[in-house]
Amino acid sequence: MKLLSLIVVCLTGGLLLYGTADLPDWGDPNAPASLHLSNYYIENAVRDTQVPNLVTAVLADYRSVDTMFETAVVFCAGLACFLLLRDFTPKKDHYYRHVPTGVILHVKNPDRQVIVGNEFEDIDKEWLPPDTIIKTVCRMLIPFIQIYALYVVAHGDFSPGGGFQGGVIFGSSLILLAISYNLKYLLKRVSEKFLGILSAAGVLVYMGIGVVAMVLGGNFLDYEKYAPIFGEHHIRALGMLGVEIGVGMAVTAVMVIIYINIVSEGKHDEGL
Amino acid sequence: MTELFMLIAAKYNYWLYIILMMIGLYAMIAKNNLMKKLVGMNIFQTAIILFYVSIGFKHNATIPIIMGDHGHGGHGAAIHAADYINPVPHVLMLTAIVVSVATFGVAMALCVRVYQRYHTLEEDELRMRLSEK
Amino acid sequence: MIHYPAVVVIASLLGAFIAGILAWVQERYTYPAALIATGISCAAAVWDLIYVAGHGPIAYHMAGWAPPMGIEYRIDTLNAMVLVLITAIAFLNLAASWPNVKQEMPDRSPSFYVMYLLFVVGLTGVASTGDLFNLYVLIEITSLSSYTMIALGDRDRGPISALNYVFVGVIGASFYLLGVGYIYIKTGTLNMAEFAAMIPNIQDSTTILTAFILCIVGVFIKMALFPLHVWLPNAYSYAPVGFARIVAPLMTKVMVYVMVRLMITVFGLDYIFIKLHIADTIVWLGTIAILAGGVMALAQTNLKKMLAYIIVCEIGYMVGGAWLGNDSGITGAVLHILNDGIMTFALFLAVGNMVYKLDRVEIKDLKGLFAGMPWTMTGFVLAAFSIVGVPPTCGFFSKWYLILGAFEAGAWHFAAALLISSLICAVLFFKVFEVCFFESPDTHDGPGSDAHGHHTTVAIQEAPAISLAVLGIAGISLIVVGLYSKTIVVRLIWPLLNP
Repeated sequence: MKLLSLIVVCLTGGLLLYGTADLPDWGDPNAPASLHLSNYYIENAVRDTQVPNLVTAVLADYRSVDTMFETAVVFCAGLACFLLLRDFTPKKDHYYRHVPTGVILHVKNPDRQVIVGNEFEDIDKEWLPPDTIIKTVCRMLIPFIQIYALYVVAHGDFSPGGGFQGGVIFGSSLILLAISYNLKYLLKRVSEKFLGILSAAGVLVYMGIGVVAMVLGGNFLDYEKYAPIFGEHHIRALGMLGVEIGVGMAVTAVMVIIYINIVSEGKHDEGL
Repeated sequence: MTELFMLIAAKYNYWLYIILMMIGLYAMIAKNNLMKKLVGMNIFQTAIILFYVSIGFKHNATIPIIMGDHGHGGHGAAIHAADYINPVPHVLMLTAIVVSVATFGVAMALCVRVYQRYHTLEEDELRMRLSEK
Repeated sequence: MIHYPAVVVIASLLGAFIAGILAWVQERYTYPAALIATGISCAAAVWDLIYVAGHGPIAYHMAGWAPPMGIEYRIDTLNAMVLVLITAIAFLNLAASWPNVKQEMPDRSPSFYVMYLLFVVGLTGVASTGDLFNLYVLIEITSLSSYTMIALGDRDRGPISALNYVFVGVIGASFYLLGVGYIYIKTGTLNMAEFAAMIPNIQDSTTILTAFILCIVGVFIKMALFPLHVWLPNAYSYAPVGFARIVAPLMTKVMVYVMVRLMITVFGLDYIFIKLHIADTIVWLGTIAILAGGVMALAQTNLKKMLAYIIVCEIGYMVGGAWLGNDSGITGAVLHILNDGIMTFALFLAVGNMVYKLDRVEIKDLKGLFAGMPWTMTGFVLAAFSIVGVPPTCGFFSKWYLILGAFEAGAWHFAAALLISSLICAVLFFKVFEVCFFESPDTHDGPGSDAHGHHTTVAIQEAPAISLAVLGIAGISLIVVGLYSKTIVVRLIWPLLNP
């Protein structure tokens, strides 16, 4: 196996090296790749779309369909983790901790759903109290991370950033909550149902903007057609902001879905 | 000999990406542990991303965010294409990164499923278990 | 403004996300939503086909930007035909698989339908896009959804075969992506039509040669051409029935479509057959794939595995035919995409019905099936005749064009492989028929267990009516497509080759 793979690797590498002979030098400004489309975008994108960040302009306007399918790929990954790992079998043993006293109750094979009051906490068998320092620091950090995430989404048009980056940052703030407390603490605040709907709704926002443009008489995702409603000024930039928000929603939800399912093997207990 | 070195020096980005990619490919084919294979897969995809991003680079150019007040009214000086690097590879790679992350997530979920069932991620052990039945 | 090219893809995608929300809010509406979405896609695809056959290609500019800047969806007769095939199979299979999905995954069927729609979106997108990079993204949607679905099948083997499929699939898709990178670095464009116009000026470049090899090898891996086929039989035979029925007829066929598209539209037949001298080698590869697939199918004892190896064999037909380098060969290959899609669909429908009642389909378990499930077996026999190539069914006509092409090109080995494989398929299917028809079901069980034996009493019954109705439609279309082969070739395939 090792020898075979070495042969395959050498053959592929040889083919690729053979292909480099004809390629332009690194950083050559006159390479064909840097002349044709690239020049059009650099010279005209600001006039066409009023968005100074060319990457966003190309991503969310000229090649917006690519980005829509990419968001669909993200949604697909989240759904895949849910489908593959989510374990619906009910647990046999339940443990409840009485918060004021710290007494732990063990309920074996309950016949029906156990309803507990606010002073009880549903915990795992191997339960450890969360560390106070970590808890406090994370609680202070998380709001700032989330505001930064919203900033990154909103400023995708003008500076590096956009829906994917912002969504990942927002999602990681929720994951931080799950790490510093535990998974159940996160799921009490952000339910699985909410995440599932948010991930689909995010892409639906993106698609909705495209479909409404079709209804208004343009091609799919042609933001120009919104001009009669929102005015001519910066209409394409507005459309891009709209789809970035959709992308941000979907990515946030999917990051958390992937995390909670992989980390608890789909059982949604306390996780790591 | 000097010519060869000059050739390599001018195109060293391609050589680097090919070496990185071959490391990833080797790991994907030859490694025994499924997790190591996944890491190899990530290296493999990252190499392609680096290749694309290196296509976009231009000497003496800056990031593709138009400076000045072109965005607000467009009365400023004309934009020179040579001043900004090529935005297209970055756009494409933003998509490819997301795709590779999604693939990695799905592959991890599959690994967890395999581990739940067989309690091992070593390929030879898995093969032994499968042939037993 | 004609919106139908976009509607084909968007209807399913919109359906996927609406169903994704409904799965959480009102579970029971998920299935109707999915059915309506694929139905709309199918109607739009049929409309596309009618329009394209009369008026010539449609170009749809996504986001309103003209091609080199924006992404173009370009529908010509080839796409339109493949799109109708995809959406019709998706719709019919969804209708037929309702009982199977309910049986196999009662707790997560809503998510299954959402994933199914995403898979359909990927396939329709691959078949309609005119942009090289967009094609990559869509291939990845298709692959991701099929990895997941395959892992949902068999509890023991499903995840492992899916994981192997992930490794192979990622290598294939990455090679394709790298090929697109080489095309981009040499030309600066990602649009298929614009690149095709540039090719005569740069055809001596080694970069273009490398790009071509990378793209084609990537597609070969994805379509499971013989030495690269190892992932396919396990993946397809351990997938859940509702999904195996769509992935087996469509996934490889759509990848063959991508290959034909790369040959005809992107690199151009002139570049491939005049500039490069690799056509003979690839016809040989096709020949070997046909023979190897056939021989390996002979060795199988499981019906699903046997059919999976027949798919490997059929891939050889299409690859070899497309690379023969004459019109008959390509006509045969393109016609075979359509025919093989329908044939495989009918076969897997019948197998799905058997699995629904029998739970497992080792060939020795199928005893007495003709008596128990006469309608299912009729459909199975019809599809098997078509695979073998018995005249009124469609399989005969595409094989006819392929053999004609092989004779014109002087590729005797390919013609011989086609005939031998027909013989092998005949042997294979008659082996199955023999077990199903002549052997009585109770030879294995003792006389006591026969009276109240759970297994045998269940096997006597026929599959649900909806599955049978869909099988009937597939069986009839096998003959109808066969009878109208000449029309399809003249109206849809020749305009493509001689524009």
